[in-house]
Amino acid sequence: MAEITSPSRRALLTMIGKVGGTAAMYQAMTALAHAADSRFTGPPALGGARQGASVLVLGAGLAGMVAAYELTKAGYKVQILEYQNRPGGRNYSVRGGDKVVEIDGTTQNCGFAPGNYLNPGPWRIPHHHRTLLHYCKQFGVELEPFIQLNHNSFVHNSNAFGGKPQRYKELAVDFKGHVAELLGKALNAGALDQKVTKEDKEKLLEAMREWGVLDKDMAYSSNLKASDQRGFARAPGGGVEGVPLPSTVNGLVDVLSSHIWTQLNFFDSNVMQTTMFQPKGGMDMIGKGFARQVGKMIRYNTKVTRIAQDETGVTANWTDTATGGTGEAKADWCVCTIPLPVLSQLDVQIGAPLKAAIKAVPYGGQVKMGLEFRRRFWEEDDHIYGGHSFTDQAIGLISYPNHNYFGDGPAVLLGAFANDAGAYQLTGMTPAQRIEAALTQGAVFHPAQYRKEFMNGVSFPWSRIPWIMGCTSRWTDQSRATHYQNLVAMDGRFVLAGEHASYYGGWMEGSLLSGLDAITRLHQKALAA
Amino acid sequence: MLLFVAAMGKAQDQSGSSPGKVAIPAEGKKVYEQICQACHMADAKGSGSAGGIPALANNPRLADPKYPITMLQKGRGGMPWFTDLLTPAQMAAVVTYVRSHFNNYPDPVTEADVKKLATKPPVSEGCECTE
Repeated sequence: MAEITSPSRRALLTMIGKVGGTAAMYQAMTALAHAADSRFTGPPALGGARQGASVLVLGAGLAGMVAAYELTKAGYKVQILEYQNRPGGRNYSVRGGDKVVEIDGTTQNCGFAPGNYLNPGPWRIPHHHRTLLHYCKQFGVELEPFIQLNHNSFVHNSNAFGGKPQRYKELAVDFKGHVAELLGKALNAGALDQKVTKEDKEKLLEAMREWGVLDKDMAYSSNLKASDQRGFARAPGGGVEGVPLPSTVNGLVDVLSSHIWTQLNFFDSNVMQTTMFQPKGGMDMIGKGFARQVGKMIRYNTKVTRIAQDETGVTANWTDTATGGTGEAKADWCVCTIPLPVLSQLDVQIGAPLKAAIKAVPYGGQVKMGLEFRRRFWEEDDHIYGGHSFTDQAIGLISYPNHNYFGDGPAVLLGAFANDAGAYQLTGMTPAQRIEAALTQGAVFHPAQYRKEFMNGVSFPWSRIPWIMGCTSRWTDQSRATHYQNLVAMDGRFVLAGEHASYYGGWMEGSLLSGLDAITRLHQKALAA
Repeated sequence: MLLFVAAMGKAQDQSGSSPGKVAIPAEGKKVYEQICQACHMADAKGSGSAGGIPALANNPRLADPKYPITMLQKGRGGMPWFTDLLTPAQMAAVVTYVRSHFNNYPDPVTEADVKKLATKPPVSEGCECTE
């Protein structure tokens, strides 16, 4: 009798993919407990383009460049028009000598020392953003760890602890301890006897004692057991005076007022979980990696003024912002990655549903700031190596550099990552006022050193950045329902791509997934035409 | 009134800081300076090169207060809604300020005017809670 072998998982998936398409394969992969964290199964295998077929790509950000790269591989002739004088779009790093020019002409000259930088846009990469990681590896972009969770950083809440920042580990352990103690009390009082069996009650009590580092009386108290997690008043030492002394735990009321669960939750969210990465030398290494592949196709300083299409192709009129010259670019198809706040004001020959969708998605305006200090006092004095100190002030947080630890000389930390009201407040200021606000607010964490060691700083107010006038797309449940499919659908020979055309808004992964999806559909339509 | 904007559960990158105690003042001028001025600029003349942000100064569209009120409540184009940052009273104050200070429409807009035009506010993806 012939032995029946089960197909290998890979063979099975390939078979399902052939029969049912990508969606079925993805579903099957998820069912096989694989790949549930990413849609990426490898770059698209587009196959041969029609002889001489061409695509015009508008925008040399990640969406545009991944589209250009894969389309070229498939045999298309590709040209990219880019408004700025560099590739990458929001994938960008500001270094010493760079200018930040705002929409009204306000100009900042970045004064950072060589090797220092601010990543004003994307700055951290989740380990499951596999499309981005794939291209980083392929293009030789070296990644290093991005320290996301640092137990030794600070949490500041204006209404807690008299406005004095606390170490994350102290608040996190105290919160856990008090919650465990309360649940233990509820269990012992019989309050949950209707909900749990006697056996599970015993297990829960054991769990609360261990997880909450409670004492023998099921109380969360100041002792060496709690100090093992939250830190000691006197750390363990050697020799005669080696014995450690316990730290004093905070009371429940103070811990609650700190809102520490916000940070606990933050670190639990899927896109914030460790391991996270950053490119060595600055985030723009990724844009530069793509540009090494497609740079020859890019026309820089090229402002698109009008986009028209008919049954034979697409025409974009442009103005050269350096020379003032004008011209037009023609191709069979067009992938447009121009940010929606800009695109919505252009003359584009498209149908009403797409036009309405383009006008339906506003952008959030965030602010990031880079502050350069004479020395790494956060490391030297406060023993913080990477990670974030959070605050409820406008700046949102300060974040410590993840490279060149223990280095001498100037270092740059992220002095603000402001959202919502805080971002509007800071954006409305002059650059000097922003730096002053960042110093005042950030000094709560390092009062003795912050102003003393400060050298210079640069702010990046996304709402005032002329080529985008915002940071990332903001969708609502309503706008998704009404406009999303219209936004991503091909309109004749024209298709949009970018983070705004994804469910991964504001992440580079969304830009890449959108770009790959757009060209896959474009290619199918081109072959069918 | 203390306004919290907790942006938990949003897929977008965010600071992870606690619900903002970034208080927005009640006075219309202050609301303009701390919120609107970010994009419409201190002189309310807007700005722009690649695209452009509309001027609020000398803007005949503001003759009808319903227009700015609706813009604040629903947003349009690049401009987001402000229902999750501003109270109806703050909206009334800032619309009154913009219409009278940067234009010649001195009749005040009231909180009731704003509430009358209230529609179901947009809800950002995830849980953007306002209390």
